[in-house]
Amino acid sequence: MTTPQMVMFEAEFKQLNYILEKLLREANAKVIFLVDKNGQLISGVGETERFDTTSLASLTAGNIAATGGLAKLIGEKEFSILFHEGEKDNLHISIVAGRVILVVLFDSRSSLGLVRLRVKKASEELSEIFENLAKRAEEKEKSGESDFPFAEITDDDIDNLFS
Amino acid sequence: MSFINYASREINCKIVYYGPGLCGKTTNLQFIYSKTAPEAKGKMISLATETERTLFFDFLPLALGEIKGFKTRFHLYTVPGQVFYDASRKLILKGVDGVVFVADSQEERMDANIESLDNLEFNLREQGYDLKKLPFVVQYNKRDLPNLVELDEMRRELNPAGVPDFEACATTGEGVFETLKAVAKLILIDLKKGK
Repeated sequence: MTTPQMVMFEAEFKQLNYILEKLLREANAKVIFLVDKNGQLISGVGETERFDTTSLASLTAGNIAATGGLAKLIGEKEFSILFHEGEKDNLHISIVAGRVILVVLFDSRSSLGLVRLRVKKASEELSEIFENLAKRAEEKEKSGESDFPFAEITDDDIDNLFS
Repeated sequence: MSFINYASREINCKIVYYGPGLCGKTTNLQFIYSKTAPEAKGKMISLATETERTLFFDFLPLALGEIKGFKTRFHLYTVPGQVFYDASRKLILKGVDGVVFVADSQEERMDANIESLDNLEFNLREQGYDLKKLPFVVQYNKRDLPNLVELDEMRRELNPAGVPDFEACATTGEGVFETLKAVAKLILIDLKKGK
């Protein structure tokens, strides 16, 4: 398989959120999301309740996938930053660690320059966490250790989902 | 690939509905949307042309319930069926956990079915997936129409491996949930094995 399974642990999740919260403050942003390239929402901070976060995650990933396709057509590896300017709100979308998407929503209280600057710094910190996660997953796989919660599910458990 | 979040105790899986143009992929999702309790579903998104042909994808998030204390979410996607949208189809297959192939049972669409299934195999292979190893089910849709291909023949052409398959009429909903359940079950069994 091309992309390894993404697993998130409690400790890393806390670290991620800490960085996102910091970025939210420093960039003066309204909301920040972290999305898997496959369209799964990893985390969100700020005024998240105002948005349909699941749809946002899926469309962001579609957007990144489509622009990634465009990039390849013209011989680029990817477009690592996308910027969408609206009348009031703007979206700054960037790829972190080649694997996850960082979405920053901001309005006139902030500026593109500030967001870019802060995102750059936060991206480095986030990359580190995702590298650690990848390492941890790899080590686990090597040691054959499995605390996977689904290992013991029964057919009944599965059937119950649909009852 | 599925995303397991130990922090929020969630597991997310991606199901893609594939098939030739106008075979009923979007109709499948619309029916599921209309029959699912509001608390179990998110908003359905359709990126379609003005004539309601799928342009990029349809998306429907479903939360089915809990297994071993983990919230189980399925993200349902359709691809655009029309031949010339191949670049978009490839993108949507990224990170897929299970595939539903929706076939159009009308005689004149049999060639389109076969072409689309070949295209699915090809696009998956390009991304490093093997259809034979992926949770996969087939749906023979539009069984209510007059000029049908016999089920045996459809099976022979479109399901030689004998994966779970279902007759359906997506407009009335017949076979729609059976198809979804079958693919979801295969995905969960795959997860159980711990891949």
